[in-house]
Amino acid sequence: MNRQNLGYLIALVLLALVPLTGIYPVFVMKIMCYALFACAFNLLLGFTGLLSFGHAAFLGSAAYASGHAIKMWGFSTEVGLAFGVLVAGVMGLAMGALAIRRSGIYFAMITLALSQMVYFFFLQAKFTGGEDGLQGVPRGTLFGLIDLKSDFNLYYVVMAIFVFGYFIVWRTVHSPFGQVLKAIRENEARTTSLGYDVDRFKLLAFVLSAMLAGLAGSTKMLIFVSATLTDATWQMSGLVILMTLIGGLGTLVGPVIGAFIVVLLENKVGDLGATLTQWTGIEWFQRLGESVTIVIGLIFVICVLAFRRGIVGELSAWFERRKALKQAQSTSV
Amino acid sequence: MITIFGIPLQAFLGQLLLGLVNGSFYAILSLGLAVIFGLLNVINFAHGALYMLGAFLAWMGLHYLGLNYWVMLLVAPILVGLFGILIEKCLLKHLYKLDHLYGLLLTFGITLLIEGLFRSFYGASGQPYSTPEALRGATNLGFMMLPNYRAWVVVASLTVCLITWFVIERTKLGALLRAGTENPRLVEAFGINVPLMITLTYGFGVALAGFAGVLAAPIIQVSPLMGSNLIIVVFAVVVIGGMGSILGAIVTGLGLGVIEGLTKVFWPEASSTVVFIIMAIVLLLRPAGLFGKEK
Repeated sequence: MNRQNLGYLIALVLLALVPLTGIYPVFVMKIMCYALFACAFNLLLGFTGLLSFGHAAFLGSAAYASGHAIKMWGFSTEVGLAFGVLVAGVMGLAMGALAIRRSGIYFAMITLALSQMVYFFFLQAKFTGGEDGLQGVPRGTLFGLIDLKSDFNLYYVVMAIFVFGYFIVWRTVHSPFGQVLKAIRENEARTTSLGYDVDRFKLLAFVLSAMLAGLAGSTKMLIFVSATLTDATWQMSGLVILMTLIGGLGTLVGPVIGAFIVVLLENKVGDLGATLTQWTGIEWFQRLGESVTIVIGLIFVICVLAFRRGIVGELSAWFERRKALKQAQSTSV
Repeated sequence: MITIFGIPLQAFLGQLLLGLVNGSFYAILSLGLAVIFGLLNVINFAHGALYMLGAFLAWMGLHYLGLNYWVMLLVAPILVGLFGILIEKCLLKHLYKLDHLYGLLLTFGITLLIEGLFRSFYGASGQPYSTPEALRGATNLGFMMLPNYRAWVVVASLTVCLITWFVIERTKLGALLRAGTENPRLVEAFGINVPLMITLTYGFGVALAGFAGVLAAPIIQVSPLMGSNLIIVVFAVVVIGGMGSILGAIVTGLGLGVIEGLTKVFWPEASSTVVFIIMAIVLLLRPAGLFGKEK
């Protein structure tokens, strides 16, 4: 067994042990949802080189679709989840088909604008409950067997979904399809000249990413038994960019670590502010908890200026350097 | 009473004017974006936040220092421009050799920072800013009542847009700017200080946003989030118009504002999404945008 597989195995065992340690399971479930969301996003930006600024649209729509199907149409939980993923996929197809007509910076602006349109639609549509959101969706049972009302049971279901999603991303990246995506990222013109229909590959990657983001959204809905407008805002689209950026663009594990950091930050900045007030006596820090945006903005700026490879990227670059150094030493001796 | 398609003429014209007002904001903001993008290859996400900053500066000037609207109409854009120069000098400058996407991400971070700061001091609710004395009231045109301030906004922003167009397309300075957009290295070889030009262009572009912010202050409530929702619509406007032409940006901005205003009359529910729908149609028919050049 190589080192990487061992790492995955350890992570899996640790993840499975979480509910037994007394850590609040909902917190970890939220991290897993965001991690899946960020992995899906990274498939586009990190591995295909397409910056989608509207991924919240898929997270939000899948959450609303699943929630509505389960609550109003009486779908069973698993069918409801699948329905959410399907809706996200169809939307990904429509948005992707429009957005890939332009590239680079325009692609980002188009996806942002389209997702804002989706947001306004949700704001006005009757079935979403407007500002209140869709509340009190029953979690139901999985395949009629596992009762999801208990957080303990739900935890393992969410974990299975997360591992499944991560595996799909891993499989995609290491497939011939994934190689073509990377080729598009590196040099689109050359990939075209090699005979690949670049637009179809981009669209397929977009739809896949949208569906995985949708899976994250539906799962999040199941955890919090609600779907709200927050999931569909541009701030959420920005947040998933940040998660990926902190963790490491184009790395598999990066987005997971990034999601962990961002969720931790969102929950703990308030405490940090209180501590800072105690230390410095400056009253203003007390309000830091209400304005997580400032902290997130600051991290964004720092990441873009000085930390573009992200945590995982910097670490692996450091290991590479050390390896090169060792090799140089051994050859010189 | 005269009606058009069953809508009272007064309401129709009122919405048309409102559309023109919004359109002038779109025009002035997309103009700034286009000028900045031309030279820096950066899509300035912070444009919305700097528009908000302009409005807030106007409000702060009146509130804390007692400076009236007319003073702030001049001072606020200058301050916003200086702030922009600071941003360019300290932050943006380091990203020019990288993928353009990093510029977008950096300015996005700056947006969150500015908005977050203002929200932590002023909350999310709006601050009222009263219309300046001289422009209160309305003029009776016979067929409609024309609110003076709104007319002023349209005239003022169009004037600024046209002056900008004139400077860029018809003067020596503008010629240098256009040359710098085409080939910065060659222009530098002729002894022009291109980095300085870039800095000043960014400063000027965001000063336009600040100016729009001051104009907007008496119409909408001055609030920390007023910019970010607007900037996304402006992005759509930019995609529709294409960023190749200055006049194109102005015409597209105004036109879309009017269309949005008319949608409010005939189909109110769609008024917030109509610009995005038009963007989708334009992408299907003419992906490069109405005034854009096919690459």
